[in-house]
Amino acid sequence: MIEFFNDYIVSALVLGSIYALGAIGISMIYAILRFAHFAHGDFLTLGAYLALEQIYLLGIHPVFAIPLAMVLTAIIAVGIDKAFYRPFRKSRPIIMVIASFGVALMLRACFQLFWGVDDFYYWGIQPPMEMFEPFLIGAKHLYIAGAVIILISATHYLLAYTRTGKAMRAMSDDPDLARVTGIPTERVVVWTWIVGASLAAAAGVLLGMDTRVKFDMGWNLLLPMFAAAILGGLGRPYGAIAGGMVIGGLEEISTLVIPGDYKSAVAFGVMVLVLIFRPQGIFKGRVL
Amino acid sequence: METLGGLILFILGYFTIASIAAVSTLGLNICWGVTGLFNIGIAGFYAVGAYTSAILTAEPSVPSNPHLGGYELPIPVGWAAAMVLSAAIAWVVGKICLRLRADYLAIATIGIAEIIRITFRNWGGLAGGSYGIHHIPKPFESLPQPWAEVGFLLVVVAVVAVCYWVIERGINSPWGRVMRAIRENETAAAAAGKDVERMRLQAFVYGSALMGLAGALSAHYLKQFLPEDTEPLTATFLIWVMLIAGGSGNNKGAILGAFVVWGLWTMSEFMTDLLSAEWATRAAYIRVFLIGLLLQVVLQFFSRGIIPEKPPVIPRGEANAGKVEAG
Repeated sequence: MIEFFNDYIVSALVLGSIYALGAIGISMIYAILRFAHFAHGDFLTLGAYLALEQIYLLGIHPVFAIPLAMVLTAIIAVGIDKAFYRPFRKSRPIIMVIASFGVALMLRACFQLFWGVDDFYYWGIQPPMEMFEPFLIGAKHLYIAGAVIILISATHYLLAYTRTGKAMRAMSDDPDLARVTGIPTERVVVWTWIVGASLAAAAGVLLGMDTRVKFDMGWNLLLPMFAAAILGGLGRPYGAIAGGMVIGGLEEISTLVIPGDYKSAVAFGVMVLVLIFRPQGIFKGRVL
Repeated sequence: METLGGLILFILGYFTIASIAAVSTLGLNICWGVTGLFNIGIAGFYAVGAYTSAILTAEPSVPSNPHLGGYELPIPVGWAAAMVLSAAIAWVVGKICLRLRADYLAIATIGIAEIIRITFRNWGGLAGGSYGIHHIPKPFESLPQPWAEVGFLLVVVAVVAVCYWVIERGINSPWGRVMRAIRENETAAAAAGKDVERMRLQAFVYGSALMGLAGALSAHYLKQFLPEDTEPLTATFLIWVMLIAGGSGNNKGAILGAFVVWGLWTMSEFMTDLLSAEWATRAAYIRVFLIGLLLQVVLQFFSRGIIPEKPPVIPRGEANAGKVEAG
């Protein structure tokens, strides 16, 4: 039992919270802008590389590199939205999906251009295991857990108690109703990008701490993050968190029975089952 | 003389690969251009087609790396099987996802494509894993060069011509008009008594079969097929750029787009090869970036493509029926 905890539960929680942070953005963007954002995984990668630069230049601990990585990624995301998505707001949403597919490709080309294709590791995060006899928990996992708790609480505060957050939830519930009640939709859209992209960047840094930094690290997470967002119900940020934890847990525990190479098939299988039996997700999100 | 021969082979290679891409692009045109189905799993269907045909037609595998295959069946059998198997997988995916909104289909197709690629890469006993499949026969390969290449090119051109003819007839028939009606206004098409779900499934299956055929053609062209050959960048993304730049909804546009975009891609490769080794790898990434940017520019400013879609010609006798179908 303790072995099971050490081998599977810890990594399931870590992976699940990374999916959760990414899925919040996907879910909100889907509900507010009505399109599946295919470049979201690459926002994770962007955050991870921006943190990498800070760690190498300033020699700080990865956790302290998260805030600036979040800010910069958010600024870049708002810029990308202005340049590549805004022209299509009035056209069919699927055109924005194509555009985001192109953005994903362009971002990955930039990563390869600036940082190459090799793996990078953050400094100072591979210390020996922290012991809570008989449980083995890595120090990096404690940092990740702390960061996740702070980020999720901040997101909760923003969504539940601020005007902007309430406007975001209103718009994700019913964009037309939000518009006629006078909510400034373009400003809400900007905030959606800021929240979604900065959480994605943080998830990227955490993933970098847990494993390594590579140009395709975020792209490979796109499918489980979509699965998490759909499972939780699109437009339901708390659903996305729950969905992320479920998908992460199932993926890790599935390695007991199937080879780890096929992990992404698990997320896909869950997604297909949700689409067939409960397309609105656990938390009654939108069916688009 | 040697450089001239090299140039001829280079040009033949360009036309062959562009024609193979045109088969994929025509398949995507049925899915997206005509019916509006967002299929970004081209690489998956392409892989299924390539490996199916390779397994059925290649020589037996070497003992050090055994895998399924070595049946040495005739090449046309392999191509037919490639189309059938890709179509069967598309049918299953379509059955589940086509009744939902386009974005779900996008996620589902990219997911299934990734799983197919992971399976081929990791399951050594199926298709050689990362070692791939070797000794795949190529039509006319016994002829001296450059005639072997010319022969293969003619085969591929004939395939493109047949596909073009069949699809062109299809989209100018009542079937094609219903497809466009579904793309433009699904509810109206359903109200006019059309079985929307079944028609979309047909378009998705036919299009994916052509993507499988393109995979089979490229496996026989390369003579060996490795997991790297199903890289989504070229197998999926470039095909999308080709169709959108060429003019989605128009078969001539789809074929022209394949030749133009593949031309740009090979020419830029030519230029980056002139650079020093370190800059050549970097320039390759700039190339990918520029293709992404090209897509954005086309989407924003020339969304109808080089040869835009023409509204279907309705023969006089059918004019009234046509109006109902167009919704």
